[in-house]
Amino acid sequence: MSTISNGYILNEVSEQFPDSVIDSLESYGMQSIEVKANDIVAILSFLKSHPQIQMNFLTDVCGIHYPDQIGKELGAVYHLHSFTNNVRLRLKCFVPAEKPEVPSITSVFEAANWQERETFDFYGIEFVGHPNLTRILNVDEMDYFPLRKEYPLEDQTRTDKDDSYFGR
Amino acid sequence: METIETSYDYKPEFTQLNLGPTHPATHGIFQNILTMDGEIIVNAEQTVGYIHRAFEKIAEKRPYYQVTPLTDRLNYCSSPINNMGWHMTVEKLLGVETPKRVDYMRIIIMEFARIADHLICNSVIGVDVGALTGFTYVFQWREKIYDIYEEICGARLTTNIGRIGGLERDFSPACLKKIKEFIAEFPAALTEFTNLLERNRIFMDRTIGAGPISVDRALAYGFTGPNLRAAGLDYDVRVMNPYCSYQDFDFVIPIGTQGDTYDRFMVRQQEMWESLKIVKQAFENLPEGKFFADVPDFFLPPKEEVYQNMEALIFHFKIVMGEADVPVGEVYHAVEGGNGELGYYLVSDGGRAAYRLHFRRPCFIYYQAYPEMIKGSTLSDAIVTMSSMNVIAGELDA
Repeated sequence: MSTISNGYILNEVSEQFPDSVIDSLESYGMQSIEVKANDIVAILSFLKSHPQIQMNFLTDVCGIHYPDQIGKELGAVYHLHSFTNNVRLRLKCFVPAEKPEVPSITSVFEAANWQERETFDFYGIEFVGHPNLTRILNVDEMDYFPLRKEYPLEDQTRTDKDDSYFGR
Repeated sequence: METIETSYDYKPEFTQLNLGPTHPATHGIFQNILTMDGEIIVNAEQTVGYIHRAFEKIAEKRPYYQVTPLTDRLNYCSSPINNMGWHMTVEKLLGVETPKRVDYMRIIIMEFARIADHLICNSVIGVDVGALTGFTYVFQWREKIYDIYEEICGARLTTNIGRIGGLERDFSPACLKKIKEFIAEFPAALTEFTNLLERNRIFMDRTIGAGPISVDRALAYGFTGPNLRAAGLDYDVRVMNPYCSYQDFDFVIPIGTQGDTYDRFMVRQQEMWESLKIVKQAFENLPEGKFFADVPDFFLPPKEEVYQNMEALIFHFKIVMGEADVPVGEVYHAVEGGNGELGYYLVSDGGRAAYRLHFRRPCFIYYQAYPEMIKGSTLSDAIVTMSSMNVIAGELDA
């Protein structure tokens, strides 16, 4: 069982980076901390090298888009896992859509390389310092970021299309 | 006396070699551009995304139950694990407690899926070193597992098995008979396959030392599952964060030491024995009770009731139209897939569909280590390294 509580991690992070922690929430057993984008590398390396917490494994990096949060529309979400304590942690940072720049964490976790490329591919978040920030799943010629909310999937209730040939 | 000038300036001439996108040895559609110095690989550059199908975008429009068929198509060698992982993610969001019988039934299905996944992976390693026999022998056992899926859900490859809150139907007598037969007969077949390859001198010479990775590098690259365990770290989601009553079962996590192709093969071999052990325990101790949890908003009522009972009809329509209410929240749920930690990050804003759904696909994350693993080795080693990593194109590209 985990020997380190979620509250302890939150305390350590907010003591070390008092100006950086914006928000925190514990839900479904996982601590989620929102931090300033510019400090993400420092916070991750602090958590990784912390003698007790030892967040040694980067589980996942992904993007998220909230078009209604003015000034912090685009977000990068990091899932971390400490194998020694068996505790998971979610870090988030938000950046404005006009200048979506988040420092790359590839210097701390190499596994972030492709995951940041994927996030860039779908959300257009620029990971500053990434060794090769190019599209990975979509074609290189694409000039938009498809998982952003301004590109809705086709509405299933549309009536202006004639689908009778397809038996619908 | 006349002297002859001789030059020892060796200038290597590199060749570009395209391995893929369609190549019999890639077992999927992805490309590797190899820079070769003769037979030795100097550099490799991967191109992925050939079968990207935008599942994350589609999932933002579909009601929760319609996401299950999308998860089938991630790692299509072990679809039931993906399906169950998704059901459990939604159940976690809704706070549903499933009955023990559901958990045990799910474990039987998931462990069968793991056996099918590992059987294919290991027999394909054999094919790639030129031993087709093992592959043809074990394929019928994968077919038998698919027969069991068929008895449960009617489908074989892309199963769409189970529902949010339970399973679509209880195990039928025919299904129980097939499971029982499989448990009884499979050890002999797996032993035969083991005898064919495990101590085979040619096979060992071809795989030992091919594509090794140290445990530190594996962790840095985000390896999980059999590939990480082959490198020597015993991380298994089933044990670390037990879900679906895995804590009730007695099994061992096999680990390797070298992280090479042979170790990956051996870890998968042992995992099949362990999975069979789990299936046997779950089958013998299958609890009585219901095969679904009490979630009328998500679990379809029986068809007879829909015709007779007003409430059942209402729920039937509500579920099919995807109009059930869900709580606002964020969950991350991970299951031990065939290739490692398969995670679902689900953000719900209370609407009928997910606000954001991200699949943590183990293949996608560990495949980035491939160039490092094959640099300096021969092309034939690169082929077996790839098949032993079990890169599944569907999971790679989502």
